[in-house]
Amino acid sequence: MTTETFAGPQDFFQAQLRWHWIEIAFWLAMLLPFVLTPNYLVLASQIAITALFVLSLDLILGFSGIVSLGHAAYFGVGSYTVGLVSKWGWGEPLTGLLLGGIAAGLFGYLTSFIIARFRHLALIMITLGIGLLLVEAANSASWLTGGFDGLQGIHTWRIFNTFRFDLYGYTAYGYSLAVLFVVFLVARRLIHSPFGLALRGIRENGQRMPAIGAATGQHIRTIYTIAAIIAGIAGATLAETTETVSLESLGFQRSADVLVMLILGGTGRLYGGLLGAIVYMVARDQFSGLNPQYWYFWIGLLLIAVVVLLPNGILGGLTLLARRLKVAS
Amino acid sequence: MPPVFGVLFDGVAYGMLLFLMSVGLSVTLGMMNFVNLAHCSFAMLGGYVTITLMNAMGWPFLATLPIAFIAAAAASVVLERVFFRRFYNASELDQCLLTIGIVFVSIATAAYIYGTDQQPLQLPTYLHGSFNYAGLSFAVYRLFLIVVAVVITVALVLGLEATRFGAQVRAAVNNQRMARGLGINVDGLFAITFALGSGLAGLGGALAIAMLGLDPSFAFTYLIYVLIVVSVGGLGSIAGSFAAAMLLGVSDMAGKYYVPAFGSFLIYLVMLLLLIWRPTGIFGRR
Repeated sequence: MTTETFAGPQDFFQAQLRWHWIEIAFWLAMLLPFVLTPNYLVLASQIAITALFVLSLDLILGFSGIVSLGHAAYFGVGSYTVGLVSKWGWGEPLTGLLLGGIAAGLFGYLTSFIIARFRHLALIMITLGIGLLLVEAANSASWLTGGFDGLQGIHTWRIFNTFRFDLYGYTAYGYSLAVLFVVFLVARRLIHSPFGLALRGIRENGQRMPAIGAATGQHIRTIYTIAAIIAGIAGATLAETTETVSLESLGFQRSADVLVMLILGGTGRLYGGLLGAIVYMVARDQFSGLNPQYWYFWIGLLLIAVVVLLPNGILGGLTLLARRLKVAS
Repeated sequence: MPPVFGVLFDGVAYGMLLFLMSVGLSVTLGMMNFVNLAHCSFAMLGGYVTITLMNAMGWPFLATLPIAFIAAAAASVVLERVFFRRFYNASELDQCLLTIGIVFVSIATAAYIYGTDQQPLQLPTYLHGSFNYAGLSFAVYRLFLIVVAVVITVALVLGLEATRFGAQVRAAVNNQRMARGLGINVDGLFAITFALGSGLAGLGGALAIAMLGLDPSFAFTYLIYVLIVVSVGGLGSIAGSFAAAMLLGVSDMAGKYYVPAFGSFLIYLVMLLLLIWRPTGIFGRR
């Protein structure tokens, strides 16, 4: 709880938007892989893309309280859009991002009318159902998507005709990080706006918000569409940097993984998802020598531990620790 | 074109399995609103218990079934006491994550002990083959499945409708706070119901091996089907679960036989439409 007093609502939002030095340090630290671990840039680029995807889930789950078990659907729509467009002869990356975002956003807008009407178990099942439906559709339409084998023959052109996507991932990481940062700025602005405040109101009490005159359904549709666009952009970035698209990009596994990362980092905090993505992806990379089945043993244990011991994720735990230290000193 | 009767028969047998595996979840969800995604892990445990007893110790198939029931029930009681009971008032998200964590651990443990292959099961000879009656062909094992499931369903319905325990369970499902107010020990009731439901899942898992196979991904693959049954049938409704399981079993079988190109597309589509039409399920009231 903040004890500061504000002269008016404008001041409140201004104070929220001010950059903290830790934030600046965090983004500068994101540049470190270029210098410190140049051999891991491919992984770093995957992390940046996943972080973007987690950020999109955080907008609906963390800030608006919409639990989704099928968020990979929008990621996959973005991926497949870029993959198909590239296969048909247009591999320009930036317009690709735009197209991926638009396609996913359109699908998100259409489905948001369903999403906004439900809550609780029905909502979880409906998001799960939409995700599964899309996987089956993509699998059946193998003439378009390549089915189980994935989409073949994707080629991404150079960015601005200059930066080629190299084998070591220099361009890929720079590109993914830039996309992540730009989208993050937009999300940050969005959350610290009256609209963002209304979303948190819906999360806290969905019945009371309409009573004070908030257009709950419309707000949910808007944020769901925005989250779908961001997920689409993340999917598009992955398709462009790896030049492959497979059914896995749509699957339940990805939806579950991203949820785990968000919870691990801490929901409802912009940096929680980013932190969760970094911790999860680095840990998985370290354990990748193990059979993936055993990796799930540890991730399962981690999940149980986080839910039982750290209800607000790593970031929540850190905040609590920082506050205690401050009180003690 | 496969005969309509054969598809229907297989679908009903499959639906019976789904019913056994999901009825426990339906009742516990209706009672405590606890989203237990680990329910199919209990089914998987039952399956592995049967496999171990038969293949390593040479037990007869039928004798392993009660043990599968007991093992799953016992495991569920331990988990309920240690973890679940602290989360009855937590958000659905926390419940989902806790139980997904348990699913992950159970899958990895099964893979560690038994490997990732399908487990071989040698059914006793009297459950082999099929016989003809009135020009129709019946597979013995599937008939056996249907008989077992029908007996259990009748016992469940009688137990819920005609006993004092059943009346208490119904009261707790309908209005937990009111039931507490009347002096019903809802927590104790819930622990028993939870154990019974998980035991049924374990039995379902053991019976499912011969029809659906058993490998570590079982806990995830059939979780989705079980969730469909529960959400479409309506929480806390045995009749609803039964109807939904039959619907799902028959339509899934029919889909796989007649339009294999669509895969499970039709199932998911039907589920989505049903949920959009009735978010609380066919027989759900809340």
